[in-house]
Amino acid sequence: MTVAEIPQPGSLLAQIEESQARYRSIFRLKFFATWAGLIGLLLAGLYFTGNIDTAFIAEWGPFIIGGAGLTVFVSAVSIVFATILALIGAIGRLSRNPYINGIASLYVSLVRGTPLIVQIYFIYLALPQLGIVLAAIPSGIIALSFNYGAYMTEVFRAGIQAVPRGQREAAQSLGLTERLVMWRIVMPQAFRIVIPAIGNDFVAMLKDSSLVSILAVEELLFRSQLVGRQNFRSLEALVIAAAVYWLLTIIFSYFQQRLELRMARGDR
Amino acid sequence: MTGVEGHTPISHPIDAPHLGDPIVRAERIEKYYGRNHVLRGMDMEVRRGEAVMLIGRSGSGKTTFLRCVNFLEEPSAGSVEIEGVRVEADPLHSRDKAHLEQIRQIRIQAGMVFQDFNLFPHMSVLQNLIEAPTRVLKVPRAEAVERAEAYLAKVGLAEKRDEYPARLSGGQKQRVAIARALCMEPKVLLFDEPTSALDPDLIGEVLKVMEELAHEGSTMIVVTHELHFAREAADRVVFLEEGRVIEEGPPEKILNDPDDDRCRQFLRRFLSA
Repeated sequence: MTVAEIPQPGSLLAQIEESQARYRSIFRLKFFATWAGLIGLLLAGLYFTGNIDTAFIAEWGPFIIGGAGLTVFVSAVSIVFATILALIGAIGRLSRNPYINGIASLYVSLVRGTPLIVQIYFIYLALPQLGIVLAAIPSGIIALSFNYGAYMTEVFRAGIQAVPRGQREAAQSLGLTERLVMWRIVMPQAFRIVIPAIGNDFVAMLKDSSLVSILAVEELLFRSQLVGRQNFRSLEALVIAAAVYWLLTIIFSYFQQRLELRMARGDR
Repeated sequence: MTGVEGHTPISHPIDAPHLGDPIVRAERIEKYYGRNHVLRGMDMEVRRGEAVMLIGRSGSGKTTFLRCVNFLEEPSAGSVEIEGVRVEADPLHSRDKAHLEQIRQIRIQAGMVFQDFNLFPHMSVLQNLIEAPTRVLKVPRAEAVERAEAYLAKVGLAEKRDEYPARLSGGQKQRVAIARALCMEPKVLLFDEPTSALDPDLIGEVLKVMEELAHEGSTMIVVTHELHFAREAADRVVFLEEGRVIEEGPPEKILNDPDDDRCRQFLRRFLSA
């Protein structure tokens, strides 16, 4: 390993580092200018069509945005349940026990093979016929959890299988029990592998939570539809809702990136 | 003594008073991969303090045999006994909990060092070393750390204790892997081509550690292509071909003047390469 030099002012190394830093900051400046420019253009365009009712936005904007709380709540709870289901599902899909493997595979196949909207309706409208009556919000959460649980099952399974076999063997050769091999050696590495994919699913879930608006759950989309239709101002109402979804995913992506950096600790 | 008539039943052919009682006994090990017959009745006994080196061309079954000893590979037939724990082959994987536990006991007694290190990348060097002692042997953490530091010092890497594996060179990784195996204080060490994945200039530092271990009386079975190392460190060299022991004996005999033609041919090709 070579020893890092401390650059002397004016030296070649200092000049190289300086020009690289300059390049990076110029790139960043242009990048954000592009975003700001395009978004400004879009908003200005909308505004100058003369069709934007700012009074409506001022009056109903806060009401619509208030729906974000329920959106976040439904998504967050569903994500937790989906992750638990996916962990169990993945272990089931990798099980040598034919019954457990069969149950897990059937779950994944069934849920992935039917539309989410059908699952939501099924739980809310069809189950009562069998005597199981659930309120709208629990129905939505259950449907989202089962649906994303199935997709994430496959992600977790792939992640577990992507951990090199030698890792498991090394752990076994040290006498670790199967449970320790799984939870101390395989899972932590699998988790790192799947974070980007799981992050994708989380973002998708945040947006798919809008589907529970069909059960009259007063989340973001439902509220925006409600006041938008009443006032014939769907354009404004939907732009507000879209902007909030977008903002939420940007915030989430930021935290995901930080988590990825933290988990990559051992890599360099 | 080594037989004259080619194949001989295997015991421990070395008359060496410094070696103790038999500690590893593998009997009639057979292994099929699909229809490929990889091990054809391998017998081996290793005595306390003995360093046994397995040599032979690739595909001769050396590595497979070693992996059968601690059941990373399930033998198709035969049995392995280490320190009185004896496990029969179970090719159908129909073992109950008690048998699985016996395999775990065998693994605890047999430390393994792999060709590609297999350090746990999400743990620091120290965590790699104390994981199994604290969780498997229930050694108190402070004591495990002390032990880990001692073995790290032994392989010359005391200052790397808080480093992550990704920051180590191949030779350093393998020395950490050796220290990790030693931390379990196993009765026998299994080395699976420990220098095959290393750059040539890093092989020496690993072999040096292994040679030290051999001379200190560690019991070890080593699959290796490093014949010079075998000459220095082995009590016994075993030549395998087609899943059988063809010839074995003290290194000076096997490596200089083997009786079997196939062994002679292997050495000639190997040393000229």
